[in-house]
Amino acid sequence: MASKLKNAQLDAKKALETVEDQFQMLQILNEQGEVVNEAAMPDLTDEQLQELMSRMVYTRILDQRSISLNRQGRLGFYAPTAGQEASQLASQFALEKEDFILPGYRDVPQIVWHGLPLSQAFLWSRGHFQGGQIPEGVNVAIPQIIIGAQYVQTAGVALGLKKRGAKAVAITYTGDGGTSQGDFYEGINFAGAFKAPAIFIIQNNRFAISTPVAKQSAAKTLAQKAVAAGIPGVQVDGMDPLAVYVATRDARERAINGEGPTLIETMTYRYGPHTMAGDDPTRYRTADLDNEWEKKDPLVRFRKFLENKGIWSEEKENEVIEKAKEDIKEAIKVADAAPKQKVTDLISIMHEDMPFNLKEQYEIYKEKESK
Amino acid sequence: MATREITYLEAVREAMSQEMRQNEDVFILGEDIGVYGGAFGVTRGMIEEFGPERVRNTPISEAAIAGAAIGAALTGMRPILELQFSDFITIAMDQMVNQAAKTRYMFGGKGKVPMVLRTPAGSGTGAAAQHSQSLEAWMAHIPGLKVVQPSTAYDVKGLLKAAMDDDNPVIFYEHKLLYKTSAEVPEEPYSIEIGKADIKREGTDVTVVATAIMVHKALEAAAQLEKEGISVEVIDPRTIVPLDKETIIDSVKKTGRLIVVHEAVRRGGIGGEIASMVAESEAFDYLDAPIKRLGGKEVPIPYNPNLEKAAIPQVPDILAAVRETVKYK
Repeated sequence: MASKLKNAQLDAKKALETVEDQFQMLQILNEQGEVVNEAAMPDLTDEQLQELMSRMVYTRILDQRSISLNRQGRLGFYAPTAGQEASQLASQFALEKEDFILPGYRDVPQIVWHGLPLSQAFLWSRGHFQGGQIPEGVNVAIPQIIIGAQYVQTAGVALGLKKRGAKAVAITYTGDGGTSQGDFYEGINFAGAFKAPAIFIIQNNRFAISTPVAKQSAAKTLAQKAVAAGIPGVQVDGMDPLAVYVATRDARERAINGEGPTLIETMTYRYGPHTMAGDDPTRYRTADLDNEWEKKDPLVRFRKFLENKGIWSEEKENEVIEKAKEDIKEAIKVADAAPKQKVTDLISIMHEDMPFNLKEQYEIYKEKESK
Repeated sequence: MATREITYLEAVREAMSQEMRQNEDVFILGEDIGVYGGAFGVTRGMIEEFGPERVRNTPISEAAIAGAAIGAALTGMRPILELQFSDFITIAMDQMVNQAAKTRYMFGGKGKVPMVLRTPAGSGTGAAAQHSQSLEAWMAHIPGLKVVQPSTAYDVKGLLKAAMDDDNPVIFYEHKLLYKTSAEVPEEPYSIEIGKADIKREGTDVTVVATAIMVHKALEAAAQLEKEGISVEVIDPRTIVPLDKETIIDSVKKTGRLIVVHEAVRRGGIGGEIASMVAESEAFDYLDAPIKRLGGKEVPIPYNPNLEKAAIPQVPDILAAVRETVKYK
């Protein structure tokens, strides 16, 4: 029977291959900083290009300083970001202030560039409750710790923005490992069903702690998972800031035009460990692989691109580096000045109005703290 | 206030509809809550009045329903989410336990998640092992969540109003078998404070603290026991978090005897919490008899109707427990 069927749609394998073939990585700048896709070039001014470069340089310094502050015991939880600057910052660069970011735990740079004071990011890292007190008008959630949970919440934020008539989008980030979670699929599917103005980014940095992406899924690309939810999906070179920017800008435009969400997979790499809590990447990554990815470095290629355009110099870069160091020093000072946390502080931030059951505990600790 | 007799189900619907008429930020989301009217018909007619954006019929996706409610709440909306059966809270558990319950705390007291998770619980409808449980004690264990279990049409309307007005996540358990019960209910909106027990029947010999459907079984038992000259006080905590300890303690000080009855499995149930709370309190000195807990058997709820009844406390079980307890002098 089956041999007589000629309908190509009944060839399940072919359907998969056809879909997978469609997901080709978008690249605008190659590793040498040369434009390889003139048609896709975004219309950014020299100042904007310089600003994006500055942010990437600044964030690389922030990463280095955060790692050393963590080692000195002056910072708490930290998930290194080096290698992912294009993926993180060029996507944020395509946003407006009204857009709402729901970050994962590695996505602190995006929310800092979206307006969260650096001192608060440091307090958050230390588990100080003031770190989570997002200032009025800064549209970000605190970084999500549970893998993938931010994806379903993003659908809700997007629906809320839509209901309020805001011309804004909700954008979220997870990693390659996050795509294996039920929340990942539920989030993109739910948002798709309601054409919610959302952007879902997968930063495919190749390893979920130690598990390589090939062991995470049989899917050839993670972007193609969008097909199952019936939403657009795109894979971009996550080491190329211009490709990341363009993909996010286009997704944003579709979202605010009522065309619904987009899934973006950025092909990137984290140079450092998963977090500073004892991970040793040499157990699961080879030096060759590290070297291969470092050649794709987003700062290196973007620097070359800007230098060729004559709008970047060592002097300029040093200015940014000095500014970053200065800001970080100042932010740590501010964080250090935050009052020591008390148990009563933690009890009193749990509810809008303290219920009587907590009041009892509150009184007990208040008594203890007064001694 | 003008009242009329309506059912528990109608009271739930009325509370939501009245709130939605006066607050644009309130909306409902859940499975089959549109033209179908929800698994038990609670939202029937609402999509016609409020439209599909405010009565959002969702994909079968409990984690996304709960997560989207949280996300919407972060933008200032006040979502009410309906889970078809409270058993499905297992699928929404991460969003409720790790997210909703902790959002405000982790935002340093500045995040706000005003949301109500409404869901029918309990057995008695022949819905078997995966559609009949009473898992409220799980939720009661989580700091940051309030847990409400109304037992009458009057209570359900007032408590739902309070839950919708609350700026924190509230888990709101409706009992399937109570949907068709009726009471005099005011037409106007009113609020019953979350954390206030109600003495459903006054008595002097024994205190029976009962929740949800068990309130009615306890009242039935109390009426029979009155004929035997035993005076039973029936207390409905109405909300298990926060728990109105004072009302329970005062009652036990008066009667000297305590029985706690709930449908949920006895082991690890909220009855253990209530019994311990009394044992730790000044009421301990007043106890004339050991505290008794009645709860569900340690089995999944059976499909067979006779076994289904046998799996949870029934009126004869309460009668026996009271008679045994009052023997202690």
